[in-house]
Amino acid sequence: MQIKVDPSVIGQTRWYEYAIRFLFGGIVTVAAGIIAKRFGPGIGGLFLAFPAIFPASATLIEKHEKEKKEAKGLRGTWRGREAASVDAAGSAMGSVGLLVFASIVWQFAPRYSAWIVLMGATVAWLTVSVLIWYVRKQV
Amino acid sequence: MSQILIRFLVGGAVVSAFAILGDLLKPKSFAGLFGAAPSVALATLGLTIATEGASYAATESRSMIAGAIAFMVFASCVSWAMMRYKVSALLVTICAVPLWFGVAFGLRYMWLK
Repeated sequence: MQIKVDPSVIGQTRWYEYAIRFLFGGIVTVAAGIIAKRFGPGIGGLFLAFPAIFPASATLIEKHEKEKKEAKGLRGTWRGREAASVDAAGSAMGSVGLLVFASIVWQFAPRYSAWIVLMGATVAWLTVSVLIWYVRKQV
Repeated sequence: MSQILIRFLVGGAVVSAFAILGDLLKPKSFAGLFGAAPSVALATLGLTIATEGASYAATESRSMIAGAIAFMVFASCVSWAMMRYKVSALLVTICAVPLWFGVAFGLRYMWLK
């Protein structure tokens, strides 16, 4: 299956839908810092992988897919939920990459420059996630 | 106060950037990979290394492993429940948040303590 970029989605998304995700992202980042200060980095670190905007994103996917199908005269509710389910399955695959990201920062942050470690860990997250997705598509 | 504001703005921007990237991509299963992007971690760890030091950030990252496993369980259950029971995305994702807390804190106390 080919990977495509669909810029038309930008027009479908309303300004408040972007604002909600910005707000949740900001709140969770602040909360992770406050929790780490209050309860220590061992607890605060858990929240670095908190599904902060997952409910908002899944709802958005469901809504957009439903609208798209209903515009074509088809039943959109089930299709919308199926699309959100497939997206969530992709996130489950991506979370393996997230685990690799965390392991790399844990092992290398004390020894190397922060930016190199964060960049390397991000590249590793993407590589592992895409590889798992690709292998899953082949089987 | 200014550090909280910086965290909020950086966090909001990084999370939104990954979310928009995910929106643009097809198929949906591939776009979903960006739902598990290390967006909050990237926004937090850079600032943490600068203010608290690398060992503090390493300890946070070690705990993040438990958070990532909890994320995997959370996302898998959401995907399965939506496909199996055809319930709304908002209902399933919100009901599954306690599962994330249970797995993340369970692993933290059993394995990482």
